[in-house]
Amino acid sequence: MLRLALALSLLPAAAQAAEIWVTNEKDDTISVIDIDTLEVTRTIPTGERPRGITFSHDYSVVYICASDSDSVQVMDPETGEILHDLPSGEDPEQFVLHPDNKHLYIANEDDAITTVVDVESRSVVAQINVGIEPEGMAVSPDGALAITTSETTNMAHWIDTETREIVANTLVDSRPRHAEFTEDGAELWVSAEIGGTVTIFDVESKAEKAKIDFEIKGVHPDKVQPVGFEFAEGDTHAFVALGPANHVAVVNMETYEVEEYILVGRRVWHMAFSPDKSQLFTTNGVSGDVTVIDVASREAIKSIKVGRYPWGAALRP
Amino acid sequence: MRAFLALLAGLWATAATATEANTLSVQVNYLRVERPAPPTLSNLEPIPDDLGIAGAQLGLADNTTTGSFLGQTYALDVVSVPEGESPLEAARSALAASPYLVLDAPAEALTAIADMPEAQGALLFNATAEDNSLRSEGCRANLLHTAASLSMRSDALMQFFASRRWATLALVEGPRPEDAAFAAALRASATKFGLRIEAEKSWAFDADMRRNASAEVPLFTQELGEHDALLVADETHDFGRYIAFNTWLPRPVAGSEGLVPLAWSPVIEQWGAAQLQSRFTEAAGRPMASEDYAAWAAIRTLGEAVTRTGSADPATLRSYVLGDNFELAGFKGRPMSFRPWNGQLRQPIALAQPRALVASAPLEGFLHQVNELDTLGIDAPESACTAFGE
Repeated sequence: MLRLALALSLLPAAAQAAEIWVTNEKDDTISVIDIDTLEVTRTIPTGERPRGITFSHDYSVVYICASDSDSVQVMDPETGEILHDLPSGEDPEQFVLHPDNKHLYIANEDDAITTVVDVESRSVVAQINVGIEPEGMAVSPDGALAITTSETTNMAHWIDTETREIVANTLVDSRPRHAEFTEDGAELWVSAEIGGTVTIFDVESKAEKAKIDFEIKGVHPDKVQPVGFEFAEGDTHAFVALGPANHVAVVNMETYEVEEYILVGRRVWHMAFSPDKSQLFTTNGVSGDVTVIDVASREAIKSIKVGRYPWGAALRP
Repeated sequence: MRAFLALLAGLWATAATATEANTLSVQVNYLRVERPAPPTLSNLEPIPDDLGIAGAQLGLADNTTTGSFLGQTYALDVVSVPEGESPLEAARSALAASPYLVLDAPAEALTAIADMPEAQGALLFNATAEDNSLRSEGCRANLLHTAASLSMRSDALMQFFASRRWATLALVEGPRPEDAAFAAALRASATKFGLRIEAEKSWAFDADMRRNASAEVPLFTQELGEHDALLVADETHDFGRYIAFNTWLPRPVAGSEGLVPLAWSPVIEQWGAAQLQSRFTEAAGRPMASEDYAAWAAIRTLGEAVTRTGSADPATLRSYVLGDNFELAGFKGRPMSFRPWNGQLRQPIALAQPRALVASAPLEGFLHQVNELDTLGIDAPESACTAFGE
């Protein structure tokens, strides 16, 4: 009977609702949240210490950084079955899929390396020496540039995806965590956890264009530690997770000013939007839950209990 | 004197050569003054031969990787002065080669080196000495401290007791000068945070406690009366380990054993520390200790200052490091910086038991008008240090 229930739970739902997939770093599982019901519908076992998670552009497979298994796992999102592992270099933490849907750029945190993997041939095509503790990964919308941020070297490394060589290194504040290009490819945003800032680079000149500071009443500045962030529809606002400050900042992307701070769960880390970007799901590592934010009203509307130490989040529409 | 200093500056210019506009090479020396290890009852934890040095080497590796993207190179030379020899000669040759010197030496050697004419204008880092006097009346303008002070450690512990409302304490103090210094720091911190050390005893056994602790310690601690926690000042880790679970009253042990306030501990794994721990363990083949951490922080401080200023000039680096813009990511959850009044690295203090991190000070609720980290150790108004005033 138990077996039957398990089998049923793995069957694809007839009319598939959009889902948010959350990696639970200390449970070696993924919690799947149904966006309609805002409930966890499935818990799927993974390799050890799952962190970064991303879907292929056609959503046919999901890639998971199983950091302590030293591999990137490729999973069938319908069945939750691990199809195969990709060679990833040691301790993969975060990665980004190139617009060509073929090349994964992986940060190998313990090795000061960015590994480029061809997901079709399942082979490593390049390894690029970067700074210590590479973490944040981004790729420009046109696919020409990839970015690795290194936490201890405090840099964003700009990688030419043709030659797979570093073309520039730009210093940012302490412990850069996450990087994202804007949709038009004109700006690169990089968060610095210990620096407490987000730096915006002009991609053309690779020069610093603006820097955002955060200040929350009643929270010591040392605890305001920007980590993950995502851009709202049309790149009007950025939602920035502030780690142990337990808030998400809403930043106006025209003026670079913080308009609001939304209280969420403890040690907010990464996040993913619903398909229409009306809802935002944040992973809260210490409280072990996901906060659902209503983007229009900028309010937290629900907490959803997931596994231990939720880390990454990805949308499956 | 002036000519001599000019000559010295000329020498250092070769130690930190700017061959191209943005190419820098920075030489750092590490000087250890060897001291006899006091005998301890237990043989369980030998002191590693490369204590401190392995941390400096990791710091160098971190700086080198960062430097490789900026055309900056770093080199580290380690000199160990045997017991009984004066460290001044070794310090003199190190300072002739580079103005950057990381020191593992007792307080008197540190001040003697800092006072040498060759050290004027140099930047020295104290990576091991915890003496409060070095951060107060005995401070030197050219000597920064990446080692946490005794009072930073004792304040951290007392913050923990205050937050748990364990207000009544007892203390057992060992016979060595290190024990007396730590006990004094514990007393001062107890007063600072409004706690009472109601009873004290000196450790006075010469028997082998490995065999008879269960017989002796209950009787020894019976006289201490009612208390919430028992403090043990045994900084050479001689007898303290035999006290826990052998006390007359069932009470937690803290201080040198049990719950220990430390600048670094292998049980720290939050805040990205797991990465530093694994880098260290892979390189050194052993867990990272506070001395390693302080040496790592000293070298990383230099690296961070060189990276941010693009300079290898000691005066430029010193003023950047002591300024408001300097911050070091030290894997302890808060940006670390230097106190401009005495050159002490502000840093969280771990309250660790052997298997887990219990808390990290400053604890929630201990507020400060400038920086919460300054609730630990000698704050500006209490410091008798004047050397940083100019």
